[in-house]
Amino acid sequence: MLRPLLKGLSITLKYFFTRPITMKYPEERWEPGPRWRGRHLLLWDEEKGREKCVACCLCATVCPAQCIRVEGAENEQHEKYPAVYEIDLNRCIFCGFCVEACPVAAISMTGAYELAEYTRRDNIYNKEALLKEPRLPAAAGTAKRLSLETRLPGN
Amino acid sequence: MELLIEIGIAVVKVVVVFVCVLLCVAYTTWLERKVLGHMQVRCGPLRVGWHGLLQPIADGLKLFFKEDIVVSGANKFLYIISPLIATIAAYASFAVIPFGDRIALFGRSIDLHIADIDIGVLYIFALSSLSVYGVTLAGWSSNSKYALLGGLRASAQMISYELSIGLSIIGVLMLSGSLRLVDIVARQDVWYIVKQPIGFLIFLICGFAECNRSPFDLPEAENELVAGFHVEYSSMKFALFFMAEYAHMIVVSALVATLFLGGWRGPVLPGFVWLFIKVFAILFLFIWVRATFPRFRYDQLMKFGWKVLFPLALLNILVTGFCAAVWGV
Repeated sequence: MLRPLLKGLSITLKYFFTRPITMKYPEERWEPGPRWRGRHLLLWDEEKGREKCVACCLCATVCPAQCIRVEGAENEQHEKYPAVYEIDLNRCIFCGFCVEACPVAAISMTGAYELAEYTRRDNIYNKEALLKEPRLPAAAGTAKRLSLETRLPGN
Repeated sequence: MELLIEIGIAVVKVVVVFVCVLLCVAYTTWLERKVLGHMQVRCGPLRVGWHGLLQPIADGLKLFFKEDIVVSGANKFLYIISPLIATIAAYASFAVIPFGDRIALFGRSIDLHIADIDIGVLYIFALSSLSVYGVTLAGWSSNSKYALLGGLRASAQMISYELSIGLSIIGVLMLSGSLRLVDIVARQDVWYIVKQPIGFLIFLICGFAECNRSPFDLPEAENELVAGFHVEYSSMKFALFFMAEYAHMIVVSALVATLFLGGWRGPVLPGFVWLFIKVFAILFLFIWVRATFPRFRYDQLMKFGWKVLFPLALLNILVTGFCAAVWGV
């Protein structure tokens, strides 16, 4: 009767001496994988000096959360461009359909996952905000880069 | 004058022991969270102070500032005194635990225990039985079905396990021939755990049950009874129950150390250090067991108490008596 009890105790004792897998969050952060779907980034066309987006509204159409608002307009070269491009990150489900749907590869997703703001208003990103590279968590100063696999016991 | 000095010494001893026990209670909660955390491959408290060392103080402050609720429909008198019963019963037990040899200080010899009463063991058992009233009355008086069920379970559990815990130490009493804890310690040239391994095991298991600790934590089974008997308590009243539970753990640990592990006796280090080490080891065992074993079902608990521990304790007395008669103590 005592044998299985002692075996149980030995297992918990073994784990007592393994390193905790806890991520001490503000001091350490996960480094997201290369395919991580974080905050969107609108891409800039260096040659033409304009955003790649042609305001076709396919992203807004495919978006299941209906969080993208695009208003197209015509610029001096008589090209269509997005006069308004807004993503409401309160509603976004980070499915990445907008990236898949885009015919000109004008939108991508980044590794930014720390998207908390004090007001909902601040989570609605306009075109200027979406064109800026986000501050990645791993780049935010003292952050340690750690991946999940190395932390699990047994590895 | 002599009387005044004696009273003064007694008061100082009481204050010192009380403060030490309070500190131990506070840091047992920290230890429990830390050990439990690491056994679950987590870190436990880390933020308040170095490795969370100030966490108990933060918890205490938080509880002080919580709203003190008296539930409507509660029996107010019993509702208020039951945490007091639980706490007083737990803390008063420390009065008879010897924590060191006689020392000489300022030209007088001082015994390192608060009271040396002839029936020390019985006194502790009486108090630990009293503390059940705190739990049971808390469950009954707070006018809540969960609390009532918790209180009922507590009383049933206590009746079943008090019996075996009482019987399990009779072997020790036969060997030592005394109910005084000071004598019991003095006679352990060989620790009684060697002569009484079964008694030790039964005492330990029943001790877990007495403290309502896992795997016998049925009175406060979170999954089915929310929090059991103290579900309607808040603020410092809840804190008193919490402190009582941990103080009870320390009492049982100190008792195990005193009865089976030679009490404060040990080489080189002073007595109270040895007692502290032993108590700490048993507290660690408490937490370790909590991290390992799932809770008993109610019928398993009763079956185990009455059909395994009780006969085993009786058998232990028989064998001890036989051996003592044949080979002498």
